[in-house]
Amino acid sequence: MTATLGTLWFNLSQSPLLWLAATLAAYQAGRMIQRACRGTPLANPVLIAVLLVAMLVVTTGTPYATYFAGAQFINFLLGPATVALAIPLARNLGRIRHSLPALGPALLVGSLTAIVSGVTIVSVLGGSRAVALSMAPKAATTPIAMAVSQQIGGGPPLTAALAIIGGITAAIIGDKLLRRLRIADWRSHGLAAGVAGSGIAAAQVAPRDETAAAFAALGLGLNGLTTALLVPLLATLWH
Amino acid sequence: MPSAIFILIACALIGEALRGAVHLPVPGPVIGMFLLAGALIAGARRMPAATSLRASLDRTAETLISHMGLLFVPAGVGIIAQADLLRQEWLPILAAVIGSTVLSLIVTALVMQRLGQRVETGGKTDQPAAPSPKQEARP
Repeated sequence: MTATLGTLWFNLSQSPLLWLAATLAAYQAGRMIQRACRGTPLANPVLIAVLLVAMLVVTTGTPYATYFAGAQFINFLLGPATVALAIPLARNLGRIRHSLPALGPALLVGSLTAIVSGVTIVSVLGGSRAVALSMAPKAATTPIAMAVSQQIGGGPPLTAALAIIGGITAAIIGDKLLRRLRIADWRSHGLAAGVAGSGIAAAQVAPRDETAAAFAALGLGLNGLTTALLVPLLATLWH
Repeated sequence: MPSAIFILIACALIGEALRGAVHLPVPGPVIGMFLLAGALIAGARRMPAATSLRASLDRTAETLISHMGLLFVPAGVGIIAQADLLRQEWLPILAAVIGSTVLSLIVTALVMQRLGQRVETGGKTDQPAAPSPKQEARP
């Protein structure tokens, strides 16, 4: 019996379908938990799904590469989904053009804050230089963050992990934090999500309002560009 | 639906090709996003009538965007590969990620709101700030 189960598990665990199904099921569970908690951002479905899948992967002793062989089909859709942000972007062109004098400075100052404060906090708390360098580009969208990290001598996989933890943080607390500061305007919510929390925070704010989706798309794209230009420049100044 | 997915993937692909050719520091899909937005804006001027392709693109985009969180789960699970480093330097790492994300959220939103109001009082008032017309269930 145990031997049959063992064989069954072995066969299943080698199939990409298992990890594809597990990822979808974990995300669905995350959504159900969030709905049960009356939609509070604290019960973030991405965080819940990551924790559930990570527990399963670790307890079954599955290498991350085996997991990713199945889950890559979901990961692949990130490209088309990023392109899809063009639709709210195009539809809100008028509003964006109207906000340009505010958007430029907000983007630049927000991007600089993310870079400088991340590196400063790591250094002050005695973190290593490798961690500080990996922290610098973490607010940018993951592929940009990893490329910049590589360029300045950080660790790209660590940067990817930091980008995701930062994105989940922004998705969980962003809305409440900004409302407490009496910021109710969707353009500010969207831009801040895109700049500080890249894709994950944008995914939290985008389905709630189309203007927020447009500004999140813009924040995400432009902060990627700003980070890619600023971080290597700042890194040469910081020894 | 298939044509909409084709357009999205084609834009990502063109973006990827451009990135390689011009050595832009931005990933292909982000370039593709700006390209498609430009094409949609130009197309809307020339062909104002909403075609069926446009409608299917809208629907596909809405579905993808509303479930974008799911797409980050596989990369998120990759954090387990960093478990040792996270355990060794958990305090500086967590404090810096959370601290800098909070600061950046606040600074970006405050500057955007303050300057945005100034822009609006100078020009025509754009839109009411308050909640969305499309307050859907949270993702």
